[in-house]
Amino acid sequence: MAEITDVVCSLCGCVCDDIVVEVEDNKVTKVKRGACSVGKSKLLGHERIKTPMLRENGELKEVSYDEAIKKAAEILYKSRRPLLYGWSSTVCEADRVGVELAEDLGGVVDNTASVCHGPSVLAIQDVGLPSCTLGEIKNRADLIIYWGANPAAAHANHMKRYSYVSKGFWTAEGKKNKKLVVVDVRQTMTSKMADVFLQIEQGKDYQIFSALRAILRGHGDVVPDNVGGIAKEQLLEVADMVKEAKFGITFFGMGVTHTGARHNNIVNAIQFTRAAHLFGKWSIMPMRGHYNVTGFNQVCCWQTGFPFSVDLTRGYPWYNPGETSSTDLLARGDCDSALIIASDPGAHFPGAALRHLAKIPVIQIDPFANPTTEFADVIIPSTISGIESPGGVYRMDNIPLRLRKILDTDYYIPDEEIVERIMEEVRALRAKEGE
Amino acid sequence: MAAELLIRNGVVYDPINGVKGEKKDIFIRDGKIVESVSNPKVIDAEGRVIMPGGVDIHAHVAGGKVNSGRLMRPEDGRKGIEPKTKVCRVQSGYSVPNTFATGYRYARMGYTFVMEAAMPPLAARHTHEEMIDIPILDNAAMPLIDNNWMTLEYIKSGNTDLLAAYIAWMIKATKGYGVKVVNPGGTEAWAWGKNCNLHDTVPYFDVTPAEIVKGLAEATEKFEMPHSIHVHTNMLGHPGNFEVTTDTYDLVKGIKPYRDRPAMHATHTQFHAYGGTTWKDFESQATHITDYVNANDHVSIDIGSIVLGDTTTMTADGPMEYDLYQITGRKWTNCDVELETGSGITPFLYSGKSPVNTIQWAIGQELALLIKDPWKVALTTDHPNAGPFIGYPIIISMLMSKKRRDELAEDVHKVIFDRTVLPSIDREYDLYEIAIITRGMTAKTLGLAEHGKGHLGVGADADLAIYDMTPEERDAGKIQKAFLNTKYTIKAGEIVVKDGEVVAAPPGKTIFVTPECEQSLMDEMLVTLKDKFDKYYSVTFNNYPVQDAYLPNPYEIKAPMRG
Amino acid sequence: MEGMSVRLISGRTTVQGRNLDSKLTDEYFEEVAVCKMNGNDMEKSGVAPDEHVKVTTPYGAVVVKAEKDDGNPEGLIFIPMGPWANAVVSGNTHGSGMPSFKGIDATIEKTGEPVLRVKELMHTYMG
Repeated sequence: MAEITDVVCSLCGCVCDDIVVEVEDNKVTKVKRGACSVGKSKLLGHERIKTPMLRENGELKEVSYDEAIKKAAEILYKSRRPLLYGWSSTVCEADRVGVELAEDLGGVVDNTASVCHGPSVLAIQDVGLPSCTLGEIKNRADLIIYWGANPAAAHANHMKRYSYVSKGFWTAEGKKNKKLVVVDVRQTMTSKMADVFLQIEQGKDYQIFSALRAILRGHGDVVPDNVGGIAKEQLLEVADMVKEAKFGITFFGMGVTHTGARHNNIVNAIQFTRAAHLFGKWSIMPMRGHYNVTGFNQVCCWQTGFPFSVDLTRGYPWYNPGETSSTDLLARGDCDSALIIASDPGAHFPGAALRHLAKIPVIQIDPFANPTTEFADVIIPSTISGIESPGGVYRMDNIPLRLRKILDTDYYIPDEEIVERIMEEVRALRAKEGE
Repeated sequence: MAAELLIRNGVVYDPINGVKGEKKDIFIRDGKIVESVSNPKVIDAEGRVIMPGGVDIHAHVAGGKVNSGRLMRPEDGRKGIEPKTKVCRVQSGYSVPNTFATGYRYARMGYTFVMEAAMPPLAARHTHEEMIDIPILDNAAMPLIDNNWMTLEYIKSGNTDLLAAYIAWMIKATKGYGVKVVNPGGTEAWAWGKNCNLHDTVPYFDVTPAEIVKGLAEATEKFEMPHSIHVHTNMLGHPGNFEVTTDTYDLVKGIKPYRDRPAMHATHTQFHAYGGTTWKDFESQATHITDYVNANDHVSIDIGSIVLGDTTTMTADGPMEYDLYQITGRKWTNCDVELETGSGITPFLYSGKSPVNTIQWAIGQELALLIKDPWKVALTTDHPNAGPFIGYPIIISMLMSKKRRDELAEDVHKVIFDRTVLPSIDREYDLYEIAIITRGMTAKTLGLAEHGKGHLGVGADADLAIYDMTPEERDAGKIQKAFLNTKYTIKAGEIVVKDGEVVAAPPGKTIFVTPECEQSLMDEMLVTLKDKFDKYYSVTFNNYPVQDAYLPNPYEIKAPMRG
Repeated sequence: MEGMSVRLISGRTTVQGRNLDSKLTDEYFEEVAVCKMNGNDMEKSGVAPDEHVKVTTPYGAVVVKAEKDDGNPEGLIFIPMGPWANAVVSGNTHGSGMPSFKGIDATIEKTGEPVLRVKELMHTYMG
C-alpha cells in the first residue's frame, strides 16, 4: 500500500491539488482527504470501455488500436469538413496535437465552452475581464456573490478552498467577517447558505445587473419598485453591501451564460463589477465547469489566435461564433464527420444537433462509454488523465497545474498519443495519394 | 541541413568582437561558429550586411497576459492572417501574434533569441508551454519577484541573505532567468485597488518601493547572476515621472555587480521619461534621463520606443493599466496573482495626430540618439506596449536617417518642435551601432555572450542574419525593408529564412539559470515559504515548481553564490 | 400544446456530476431523467412524485419522472442537464453560438408513457 499526496483532481474547474490517496495493487483503494464526493468518485474508478471498437452493420466489433486509428484517419481524411470537438476533459498536450490535426485536415476545432462559457468569452471580447486568481479571493474577499451558479452541486470544494468558508491572510476567521450573496431563480444548497438570497424571475438577470449599476453610479432614481421579481429596497440593500465591501468577487455560471441575452448578460455583469470597483476592489470570475476547459481555450488561442470555434478549412483560422460553433455547424448539417474527444455531445447538445451527428461518421476517444458512444462508428478508449497519465491543465482562474500519474496501465493509450497517431496516418494517406 | 556552412563575401558587424563592417568569411559546423570547414555548403552574401542573430532583451511574447490579450482581441487576430504552408503553421495577429507567427516574424527580421519580459511565477508553466510553441527562437523568461509577500517581508526585516535564498528558489522553481521588478510595491497595493510611488509605504507590508529595489539588487548580486535586476520603475506613464526614474537608478549606485555589467537594467525607459505635470503641459524629459545615463555606468536602458498605430498594452503594472482604461474607455482585463504580482491589459492607439502620443513617439528616439555610448542602450518597443516588434525596422531606419526623421516630423503633431528636442538632433546611427543595440549590448547585458549569443566569434552559436542591403545604403525605406525580411537567417547552423520566407522551423531552446544557495539558508527560508503555501496559496508547495516536461530543450546556466 | 404552461431550465446537480463518467448507470438515470417541480404545480397538474410527466416544447417532447422541489418557484421546472433536457431545448443559438438551455416555454402533462433509457433516447435521433 502506498500513500500518494498532492494528487491533482481531473474533474471540475476547481482543480483541487491537495488530494491524498492510498493505492494498492494498481488501484486507488481510498481517498483520504482533499476530494469532494464527485472527485472522489472519479478517483475510485468507473466501468470503462475495454477495447477499441468499430461499428459494422449496427454491431460493435472489438479491434486493435492500430485498426481503429487507421479507420479514424480514413474517415477524417476523406471528410471535407470534419468537426474536432471536446478537448475539455483531457490534457493540454492532447489539445495541442488536436489543434494541429484540425489544421492539417482543414477542419473545425471547438471545445465544450461552446455550450458552457462561450458567451463569457464573447463578453470578454467586448469589455475585458477584471479578475484575479483564486488565492486572492481566499486571502482578501469579504463579499462573495454567486450569480446563476450553484457551487454546492457543481464545484463542491469551491467555497471551502477559495471563497466563503476558506481562511486566508486577511480572512483568518473564515465566514465570520464575510458576506455571501446568492442570485438564482430557485433555491439550492448554495442559496441556503447565503446572507442574502435574491430569488429572481428566470431570464431577468440583465435587468437586475442594470439596476444595480444604476444605483451604484448614483442613478437609483431611475430604478422601478420591482425589477425581475426583486423589490427595490432589496436591491438598495445589496448595493450598500457592495459599497461597504473592501474586496468583492462575483462568481457566475450557466444561469447567466445560458439565459436569454447570453453574452450580453455577462457584459452587464462585468460592467456591474466596474461600477462596484468605484467603491472597493472588485473582480469577477466565470465558474468554468471541466478541469481543462480553460486549458483548451488557452492552447487554441496561443496556437491560432482565437479561443474556440475555429474553422481551419480554408487553411487559415476563421473565428465566428454563431457560424463556426459546434451546435450551429451540426444544426445546419455543415460538417460531414466528427471526432469527439473528452466530452459528451450526446448528453449535452440539443436534439437538433444530434439529429445530424446521428447521420455522419463519428469517432469517439474517451475512457468511458456515454450517450455519444451510441453515435460512434469508431470507439477508441484512452487513459484516464490525472490517474493513468499526466499532463498540463488550466484551472478556472487560468492557473496552470500538472496532473500526476498515480496508476499504471499496460494497455490503454493516452489521448495525445492517439491523436498523434491518427495525424500520422492521415499524413501517410496524403503522401500515398501524392498530394 | 548541411553540417558545414561557409558564408563568404559578407560585410560583418560583430560588436562584441570589435568587428566593424569587415569583409569576412564565416565558418559553421554542427551549429557553431568554427575556425575552418572542409566541405561546406556555400552561401555567397554578395557584399551584404551580416550581423549575429538579434537578441531581444525585452518583449511580452509568451504567457498569461499575452494570451489574455489574444483572447480579448479577435480583431487583432484577424490582422496578419497567413495560411499554413508546408513548413509553417497558421499565423494570426499583429500586436498579439499567435506563437507561430511570433517565431516566424522575428526570424524573418534576423532575430534568434527573445527574452520573455515578465513571467508571473504562479503561472510559469503557461509561459513555458507557449515558449515550446514559439518556433526557431531560443528563449528565456524573467519571473516577477518584487511584489511577492516573501520579498516584502524580507525587505521589511532587512534580511538580505534569506531574500537571496528566496530569489534562488524562485528562479529555480520557475526555470527563469533573473529577477524582474515591475512597479514594486504598487502591484501589491493594487490588489486593494491602490498604488505606490517610490517612497510610499505598501499597505500592510510597510516597506517602500525604494527599499524593495535596493534590497532586490543587493540580494541578486549575492550570486554570479548573468543579468542584473531588470526594472520597470514606479509611476510608469505619468507626466512628471522623470525624477522618480532617476531616483530609482540612484538606489543601486553603491552596489557592486558580480561582473562587468550594470547593477540595474531599466526597461522601456520612454514611458519613464515624462515631464510636465498633467497631459496638458506634458513634455519630453528624455534629456534628464540621457544626462544621467551619460554620467553614470551603473544603469543600462532599453528604449521602449513607440510604433504609431494600434497596439495592445499589457504589463504587471495593474494600476497603470486601470488608469489607461479610465482614459480611453476601451476594454480592459485585469488579473491579480495571489502573493506575487498582477497584470492589466488594454488596447491603445498611438496617433501622430495626438500631441501626447507625438511626444511619446519622439522620446524613444531621443533616448537612443542622446546617449553617447550605444553599449548602454537596447532597442525595444516593450512589445507590444509601445508597439509590436514588427516595428523594429521602422525605428532602425529612423535612428539611421536624419532625413527620415525630418520627413516624419512633418507628419506628426507640431508639438514635437516645442516639447521635445528630437528635431534638433543630427546624429545618425551607423550599422555598427545598430548591431550593438540589437545584439551586442543585449547579449552582453543579459550575460548571454559567453553562452554563444549575440556574436560570431569561434564557439558562438551559429545564429546570424544576412540583410539584403549593402553597408552604403542610406535610403531609409530600403533600410527598413531590409531589416524586415532577411536574405538569410541562420539558426544553429541551419538556414531557417531564405529570401524573406521561412524555410525551416526547428524548435529553439529555453535558457534558464540555477542559482546555487547555501543549504542552511535555503532550509531556513523554506520554513517560512512552506507556511505561506499551507495557509495562503491556493496550490500546494509540491505542485508549484515547473516540471521538466515543460522544457523539452533546456540549457542551464549555473549561478553559484559569490565567494 | 396541451397541459400546464411552465418555463423550463436545466442545470447541474451533485449526483449528475458524480456520474459524468458513468452516464449509463441506474444512478444517473434516476437522477437526471427527472423533472423537479414546485408542489403546487404538481397538484395543479395532478401528478404525484415518481409518476411520469411529458414535457413538450416547440422543439420536442420527452417523458421524465416528476419530483417535488419546493425550492422551485411556481411555474418553473428544472430538468438536470443531460439527454432528457436536451430533447426539448432549442438548437437555435441566435447567432451567439450558445443554444437555449434555459428559459424555454413548455407544457407538462401527466402521462403513462415510459421514460426512455439513455440508449433508447439516443436512438430516437437516428431516424
